[in-house]
Amino acid sequence: MISEIGRYFIFLGHLFTNREPFKTYYKLILEESVAIGLGSVLLVALVSTFMGAVTTVQTAYNMVSPLIPNYVISQVVREMTVLELAPTIIAVIFAGKIGSSMASGLGTMRITEQIDALEVMGINSISYLVLPKIAASMLMYPLLVIIAGVCGLGGGYIVGTLTGIITPNEYVYGIRYNFNEFTITFALIKSVVFAFLVSSISSFKGYHTQGGALEVGVSSTQAVTNSVIAVLLADYFLAQLLLSK
Amino acid sequence: MIEVRNLSKSFNGRPILKNVSGVFEKGKPNLIIGASGTGKSVLLKCIVGLVKPDEGSVLYDNRDFFEGDRDTKIAIRREIGMLFQGGALFDSKTVEENVRFPLDTLTKMQREEKQERVNFCLKRVGLENANKKMPSELSGGMKKRVGIARAIVNNPNYLFCDEPNSGLDPQTSILIDELIQDISEDFNMTTIVVTHDMNSVMGIGEKILFIYKGQKLWEGTKNEITHSNVQEMDDFIFANKVMSSLREKQ
Ligand SMILES: Nc1ncnc2c1ncn2[C@@H]1O[C@H](COP(=O)(O)OP(=O)(O)O)[C@@H](O)[C@H]1O
Ligand SMILES: [Mg+2]
Repeated sequence: MISEIGRYFIFLGHLFTNREPFKTYYKLILEESVAIGLGSVLLVALVSTFMGAVTTVQTAYNMVSPLIPNYVISQVVREMTVLELAPTIIAVIFAGKIGSSMASGLGTMRITEQIDALEVMGINSISYLVLPKIAASMLMYPLLVIIAGVCGLGGGYIVGTLTGIITPNEYVYGIRYNFNEFTITFALIKSVVFAFLVSSISSFKGYHTQGGALEVGVSSTQAVTNSVIAVLLADYFLAQLLLSK
Repeated sequence: MIEVRNLSKSFNGRPILKNVSGVFEKGKPNLIIGASGTGKSVLLKCIVGLVKPDEGSVLYDNRDFFEGDRDTKIAIRREIGMLFQGGALFDSKTVEENVRFPLDTLTKMQREEKQERVNFCLKRVGLENANKKMPSELSGGMKKRVGIARAIVNNPNYLFCDEPNSGLDPQTSILIDELIQDISEDFNMTTIVVTHDMNSVMGIGEKILFIYKGQKLWEGTKNEITHSNVQEMDDFIFANKVMSSLREKQ
């Protein structure tokens, strides 16, 4: 376990001893960004819309007192969605979709000796293959989180107003009520950190695959579980660090 | 010419290569033969620097690969072409992009010049009309050919092939062997071929090193191989029915 973490940091060190010109990376980052964005935007939108909807219904269900005004519902939905559901739950989805495909892609390249082929040509395979993935994730994931936030609030709005839980005016009032802009900053900081963790851990797992097709599957699974654990730990520490007063 | 001196390598305390030395000559295929799991691939990977040996040195035309400075290392790397066991083609790139890849990343050639070179190499391996195909559309033999084309595209001085005909039918194997031999002669390259295929040994074995459990037990030509008086090698080469019937005739 300890030596694994050590190897992870050595791996990160190799990322930046790059030898390829910036132009090479620019193109690769663009390609990865398109793949990551297109690959996950629909799933992210779908999941976050439903999460917003469910949060609205559940919050309303739990607020039985007539003394609490209705707009508190959408205020709660806002805090939940922006702070936790969008950055963190979507990170789990991101790990499952993008992280696992990074790990299996690199794992396949490893066992079919494509990585060796790069190394023989004198190319730093870690920075050539992994740096673009990490950079693209850190660029695209915050965008996905913003989309998730919007979809989540939208989902809450649609379900809340269609089922008569809350009027459109109350919902919008609650969304705006007592809003602290730092919430957004905090969510974006979280998303950059999570994107780095998921993409680097998944790449690390895939890059160090040994064996055959079976081990590629194992790496892919480990990539997801380890990324999710790292994201949840980081979530806790970031909350401690940035929200404690 | 490549010279290997006293190479040793252990993995997790288990010795895989034990004090291997040898000379590989220019302009012809030099064969490393032996049973599966004896360390042939590890030896090859040590020579090209994918694995760092615990001890010993590798000299490329008298330039020490592991002792040399970074520039020497990079210079040598650029003179190396390697064909991997499964071809190791980048599966997200077309045949043409695969072959062009070393030129794209290692040279400052102009686009037309690169295209000409790529077409020349594909033609040389007998694949004129496959430029736009994806690796997944190719047969095993075609993948090897593309692998060879990619290995020679940057005019290497040294060519390495790990089991170039594993997984191929006997006829295609012979074609690939002959291709490797012809290319080595035409371009005067120092070529090292790892194999356990006796057909290759008897076909192109001008210079052979026999590896047994990480040690070099014998070295010679295909004409000397049947009367070496090395028991381990006799067990290896006469495991083949054709070869053993040949011995009975002698
Ligand atoms: N990176 C590695 N780590 C640990 N053991 C290895 C590694 N590479 C090869 N080996 C071991 O070295 C031995 C020789 O392997 P190899 O050179 O691939 O044999 P072959 O002669 O069939 O090519 C095998 O037992 C293999 O398990
Ligand atoms: Mg081998």
